[in-house]
Amino acid sequence: MAMRRLFETAVKLPGAPGLRRLTVTEEQWLEAARDLAAAGARLLALWASGQSHGSQSVYAAFATEPGVLVLMLAREQDGLPYPGLEEMFPAASRMQRAIADLSGLRSTDPDTRRWLRHAAWPEDFHPLVDEHVPPAPQSPAVDDYPFVRVEGEGVHEIPVGPVHAGIIEPGHFRFSVVGEKVLKLEERLGYVHKGIERRFTELPILEGHRLAARVSGDSAVAFSWAYCQALEGLSGAEIPPRAAWLRALALELERIANHLGDLGALGNDAGFAFGLAQFSRLKEQVLRATERALGQRYLLDVVVPGGVRADIDAAAADALRACVAQVASEVRELRDIYDEHAGVRDRFTGAGVLTPSLAMRLGVVGLAGRASGQAFDLRVDLPCPPYDEIRPAKVCRSEGDVAARVAVRFDEVMESCRLVARLLARLPEGEYRTVVPAPPAGVAVGLIESWRGPVLVGLEAGPGGTIRRCHPHDPSWQNWPALEHAIMDNIVPDFPLINKSFNLSYSGHDL
Amino acid sequence: MAWLTQILEVLAALVAAPLFLGWVNKCRAWLQNRSAPSLLQPYRGIRKLFFKDAVIAENASPLFRLAPYVVFGAMVLAAAIIPSMGTRLPFSSAADAIALVGLLATARVFQSLAAMDVGTAFGSLGARREMMIGFLAEPALLMVIFVASLISATTALPVISERLAVQSVGLYPSLAFTAVAFTMVLLAENARIPVDNPATHLELTMIHEAMLLEYSARHLALMEWAAALKLFNYACIGFALFVPWGVSTTATGPAGLLFAIPLLAAKLAVAGVGLALIETLSAKLRVFRAPEFLATAFLLAVLGLLVRLLLGS
Repeated sequence: MAMRRLFETAVKLPGAPGLRRLTVTEEQWLEAARDLAAAGARLLALWASGQSHGSQSVYAAFATEPGVLVLMLAREQDGLPYPGLEEMFPAASRMQRAIADLSGLRSTDPDTRRWLRHAAWPEDFHPLVDEHVPPAPQSPAVDDYPFVRVEGEGVHEIPVGPVHAGIIEPGHFRFSVVGEKVLKLEERLGYVHKGIERRFTELPILEGHRLAARVSGDSAVAFSWAYCQALEGLSGAEIPPRAAWLRALALELERIANHLGDLGALGNDAGFAFGLAQFSRLKEQVLRATERALGQRYLLDVVVPGGVRADIDAAAADALRACVAQVASEVRELRDIYDEHAGVRDRFTGAGVLTPSLAMRLGVVGLAGRASGQAFDLRVDLPCPPYDEIRPAKVCRSEGDVAARVAVRFDEVMESCRLVARLLARLPEGEYRTVVPAPPAGVAVGLIESWRGPVLVGLEAGPGGTIRRCHPHDPSWQNWPALEHAIMDNIVPDFPLINKSFNLSYSGHDL
Repeated sequence: MAWLTQILEVLAALVAAPLFLGWVNKCRAWLQNRSAPSLLQPYRGIRKLFFKDAVIAENASPLFRLAPYVVFGAMVLAAAIIPSMGTRLPFSSAADAIALVGLLATARVFQSLAAMDVGTAFGSLGARREMMIGFLAEPALLMVIFVASLISATTALPVISERLAVQSVGLYPSLAFTAVAFTMVLLAENARIPVDNPATHLELTMIHEAMLLEYSARHLALMEWAAALKLFNYACIGFALFVPWGVSTTATGPAGLLFAIPLLAAKLAVAGVGLALIETLSAKLRVFRAPEFLATAFLLAVLGLLVRLLLGS
């Protein structure tokens, strides 16, 4: 009931469908968060906005039964911490620490360690609110991060990364182990902090989609679509149906390519190189057909404000349809091999279990959530056009182990192949792009289900077509803490496999 | 003549070991539908490393520098004992098959100590796992050798080989059991799938590679070369025990050597294909399944021994 009341008092927010905004005081902020937690809401993002000499606000977006509620907490310049949400939503903790690092707003969270700030910039510099960037230190001080220590007989630590033996993104993992068994894993991220959010404020609002697509290269379509959705909401622009359908086509192709890549890599991490070779081949086929149809292998510049960059021609569409049909049939065969190979099954089944109750408590979203009984998919639960028309089937498993995350990927590839065929068959005629005028000042939120999970872009337009604040939020924020739980009681050499089964973004998280 | 065989054998091992590794890699690539690296790739890797400057950890002890030479030396010595081409080897009177197992163990101990020497987490991780594999693989290997010794009534490897080759072409069921056991030991000892993955880049799953992470340049080259030699040696032990036919013996004389060289190449080619096939068809075991794997090998070897003792076949 409390939920309904909250939604009734909230005002509509432009951008994604079903969005509501509620301006709250500190007491209401906590009360609303408690009500939302009790109603099983999921935290989608938490970010702050504003200048150090002006007013600052903290935003929190929650997905719940009737839609998405964005709470806005205005902050006075009193220097007091705002109430943290980490008790109701554990995933909020790191977001609050990041806000403290970037915007200088402290929460009441007892964990006050720095998160995104390493020793690379002065301690009192807050990149999102301070205007002048201090000169970079000649040689950065050694960053002494207080990891949580595990004491006991036979316990020792294994520090891994940020530089790894293979070519992967940097992240530090601190294992506390007894023998091969992992007692605790603590992550330390932020090594690829590039200052994306500050860079946004220097760009014209009509060009921000290009940077949004580059937040996390594997989710380019999702980020650029979410950005454009927010922008178009602010401008009041209606995109033509064909444009929406082509965006959905791009999003599904991105999903297929990433899932295929992951399935191959998962096989390889289990020592089954055959899987890598086969899935890499299929992924390459999809990428080539994508390039023919949409002009790029990785769809970094396909979604533009008002629609898509270019139309698809009939011959390329046919080739794409044939390619996807062939990929679907081959994936079905490969799935049988993965399912029936004793060695692969032994590695996948029971490794890195994340139980549904724990996933619920931690607020795990997206693919990893759907493998642990969290049946939440924006394409089904809060569909934007054309998903309200083509109605994807939701995939959900409850085992929560590596095998379940593999199975969800297989199911989603098959479903996306079906969606691509359907999108191509029923593609509406008409324009593929419309003109979007520079929007008036205001706040909007875009929300798109990437292959990894819900991608949120919080966009605040300034006067004269500028960006006052843009927060691109990758679902990895919510899922990284879950990985720490999934590895517990597993053995050290299984970590790469479990990590790969989540395949979270470093770039999208470190910003 | 004996000395010629001896020198030829050691030289052949040194030269052919990287080639054999290249052949296995090529077969693996073919089986996985990848375009294969050149057969000479291992040589290029080793050559490149010899031209580089060595970087050694500040806190490395002399043991760390010494280990590559000890490990390499042990593998060359092992190659001198194993009758890959001929059975009249002056060196082999110095060490029998049990001493050979000890020689391989010495190399392992030095490699593990060196891995722990620098004190990085991965070195000790790898060394710890290597010792776990090693102490399970050695008894199985000894058991395999005992079966062959029982049949030929000696522990000298060339004599075993010669007797098995000459005695009769009859089939020994006991040797069939031990052949399977030996193959499993070979996979485990040479860091092949399903026990270890020589191609992995995941530092947390490594066994053999984790021990080499701190090595560079000539030290790494020697270690890699030694690993290739180890695989070659194991293959040759396998040939000596299970397909000894065709090696030059006292009976065949120098002409036998001419015949033995191409035959060894043929055996290695077939073994390489077999190895690649096993590695492609299986996934890597969870680390704690490796003891089960090696216990199975040991059990099979014991079965071979029982078959020999009880049935006399």
